[in-house]
Amino acid sequence: MRYHPLTADDRALMLKKIGVGAIDDLFVDVPAGKLFTEPMNLPAGQSEIAVERALSAMARKNHAAGDGPFFLGAGAYRHHVPATVDHLIQRSEFLTSYTPYQAEISQGTLQVLFEFQTQVARLTGMEVANASMYDGSTAAAEAVMMAARLTKRGKAVVSGGVHPQYRDVIATVATGVEIDALPSDPTAGEDILARIDKDVACVVVQSPSFYGHLIDLAPIAEAAHEAGALLVSVFTEPVALGAIEPPGAQGADIVVGEGQGIGNPLTFGGPYVGLFATQKKHVRQMPGRLSGETVDADGKRGYALTLSTREQHIRRDKATSNICTNSGLCALAFTIHMTLLGEKGLTRLAALNHERACATADALTAAGVEVLNETFFNEFTVRVPGDAAAVVERAAGEGIIAGLPVSRLDAAAPGDLIVVAATELTTDEDIAALAGALGA
Amino acid sequence: MTFTGNQALRIHEPLIFEVGHTEQTGVDLPDPAPHASRLGRHARKTPVGLPGLTEPETMRHYVRLSRQNYAIDLGLYPLGSCTMKHNPRLNEKAARMPGFGDIHPLQPLSTVPGALELMKTLSHWLLEMTDMKAVALSPKAGAQGELAGMMAIRAALKDRGEDRKTVLVPESAHGTNPATAAALGYRVEGVKAREDGTVSVEAVREKLSDDVAAIMLTNPNTCGLFEPEVAAIAEVIHEAGAYFYGDGANFNAIVGKAKPGALGVDAMHINLHKTFSTPHGGGGPGSGPVVLSERLAPYAPVPYFRGDTLVERTGDAEGEEMPFGRLTAFHGQMGMYVRAMAYMMSHGADGLKQASEDAVLAANYIKASLADLMSVSFPDRPAMHEVLFDERFLKGTGVTTLDFAKAMIDEGFHPMTMYFPLVVPGAMLIEPTESESLASLDLFIGSLRDLAMAAKRGDTERFTEAPRYSPRRRLDETRGARKPVLVYEAPEPAREAAE
Repeated sequence: MRYHPLTADDRALMLKKIGVGAIDDLFVDVPAGKLFTEPMNLPAGQSEIAVERALSAMARKNHAAGDGPFFLGAGAYRHHVPATVDHLIQRSEFLTSYTPYQAEISQGTLQVLFEFQTQVARLTGMEVANASMYDGSTAAAEAVMMAARLTKRGKAVVSGGVHPQYRDVIATVATGVEIDALPSDPTAGEDILARIDKDVACVVVQSPSFYGHLIDLAPIAEAAHEAGALLVSVFTEPVALGAIEPPGAQGADIVVGEGQGIGNPLTFGGPYVGLFATQKKHVRQMPGRLSGETVDADGKRGYALTLSTREQHIRRDKATSNICTNSGLCALAFTIHMTLLGEKGLTRLAALNHERACATADALTAAGVEVLNETFFNEFTVRVPGDAAAVVERAAGEGIIAGLPVSRLDAAAPGDLIVVAATELTTDEDIAALAGALGA
Repeated sequence: MTFTGNQALRIHEPLIFEVGHTEQTGVDLPDPAPHASRLGRHARKTPVGLPGLTEPETMRHYVRLSRQNYAIDLGLYPLGSCTMKHNPRLNEKAARMPGFGDIHPLQPLSTVPGALELMKTLSHWLLEMTDMKAVALSPKAGAQGELAGMMAIRAALKDRGEDRKTVLVPESAHGTNPATAAALGYRVEGVKAREDGTVSVEAVREKLSDDVAAIMLTNPNTCGLFEPEVAAIAEVIHEAGAYFYGDGANFNAIVGKAKPGALGVDAMHINLHKTFSTPHGGGGPGSGPVVLSERLAPYAPVPYFRGDTLVERTGDAEGEEMPFGRLTAFHGQMGMYVRAMAYMMSHGADGLKQASEDAVLAANYIKASLADLMSVSFPDRPAMHEVLFDERFLKGTGVTTLDFAKAMIDEGFHPMTMYFPLVVPGAMLIEPTESESLASLDLFIGSLRDLAMAAKRGDTERFTEAPRYSPRRRLDETRGARKPVLVYEAPEPAREAAE
């Protein structure tokens, strides 16, 4: 086995040093009859060539996003990732290091996380951010629980424009918080303000919404604050924040989102990187890991994990959450890509995404497809005649990934809606192909 | 010496916020074509404040930062309970194949048969290794896998019309165990370990009542010992109508040797990143699929497989299925599934078993080689894949566990896990893994012997002044927590001028 350095002679010598006759003498604590001596009913080990061949055969059965016109978003976005990003995250010292518990020899990771926290805070317009969470959906659930702790209230009002799977995750994971989920209505507005009362810990609103609509957060924040509740704002496309007013400028108290769109590939939905930002005064109730600035014994600036007294390894059943990791490598990819972009690149990328989406919407409208949005960033909803899932399936058969039939995620939603996304990778030819596939 | 001592490469790297500029960028993007904006009044009015660097500057910045990290590719990383083993690059290559890396989670399922095949194959391997009946792959990390398992237990109890409120958690458990139980509203009741570091069936029986929903038992436990009474504990737990949650963080010690299902476990998460070597990347991502016994099989979070069909929504479940909800958007950590699968296929049944045996062998070899100089906490039982020492051998030397750990850095090693588990004072938990050669183990043992003798001889400066050869000397972590600075703020212009 190419990964195992010990030889048979080494093993014999080691057993002798330990003072036992056979390896199974070290497994004597396994109850009688429960120690497996025969091999498992699984294939034998394979060479690197064989494994690569087998996995490659499996991979080739999938239609990759780059294989043809591609218009699927709905929480995961296909963007170009500069080659530098993937090269750097594969540096051994980043890829194969662990949680930076030993700060003196983990300054690379710790400084990256400090840069990440600052980038996320600035992008969202908030004061502080943590060092990432699993993904946007779980970050949203943690935000709801944090709001409940801060307000000591037990109810959350969740907008119908929040990604249906995020809504499911909030309902499942935010244990002990009663969820008032507004019905999902892609065409009409919703009267979220009427749902806010004195029991409400937070209002959860996504902008751009699942359907692509841009939402004014300021009036919702105001109403929430008046009732003593918090505004949790959600986004699934980080690139959007390069083009639209950040939630922090509109009064959001906790901002959560999916960071995949910057630096990270689609990978069928994971691993992704949850972004979590809030105000300074709430920092001790924030879940997740934090890198903080400090000094070393020589007075040099350095970084260390901080406020870990909120965390499970110290507080156990009194911890702010049970999370004991972050998406370190995905956060690194985000940070490097964001550094390559800078403000100039990010705003240009955002403008380009918006223009591609506008061009797509225009072409679809010209082809007779009804676009439901007045405003959008790079994603919008269209109505097609008949069963949207069948339309998408048929297009897929022609090599075009046309978007998401809403009914796949939300059984209660109308069956004729498709959420369509464009990015900087969308070409004019792609747009023409989509218009051909969906047009009347 | 494993450290080169090349101080010329000890770099002070500023923050991007100090050297970058908002007008600078490292990407070439075309100008968008003229168009009518659909952003309406939502268009950004406030600047973001994000500095950029050119591509060469970005490369240098992050390569320099990387050089301030220790990593398993640099040397032995004996971080007990964290499992730092060799990360084969084949796993990385496979995960980056376009058919795995460049597929969207919501593509029509007809366009991703290979992805579903990989998930089904992985499920099959996990079930065969654990002798369990169902698997939910989606949990994003071990701690979320725990949450999934405990939620399945809660759902099963609810289905029986029972509202049990207590969860038993031995004191040697990972901190995530009590945090998970508490997050679900359970009262956490500790179970003391015996003198020998393991939990007795009597201690569990004493705590049992019809209010107990489950026990959360880590096995092998965090003292590095296999729980010899595990099957008997499972029996009394089941007799009391409760469930057995197994924390599978240390499953890597027993793959191919003992199957949790056969030991009576009802739910167990498997840290794919630990047992099947997906890279830790400075803290994550992890992946924590949860396997379920026959009695818990109907209670899994969506998405999961029933036969060859992917059940994506709770409403789609039929018959016996009682999914309790959804833990994450999409399908979980697909990128980690591919890496774990590559690792498993490379090893095969025999290789996986050999990995467990070699990890256990290496831990016991370290234990045997240091037992005369350092205090082994539980000398009477074989260590599993990790061995626990404590601070007794440092008594009277003026050297603490922390000092000892920091001195290891100067020897060119990452320190072991310190002060965990909490059951012994000044704990030092060492996990060498199966990746180390005998020469590597001997070098490590030699360094530790040298340090232990230096401490006993009174060479305290070597410890209290350590680390001396790292990118930073000892960091003031208390200061960091008292007045946390979590984001970069530019110095005030006035103060800057005065300085």
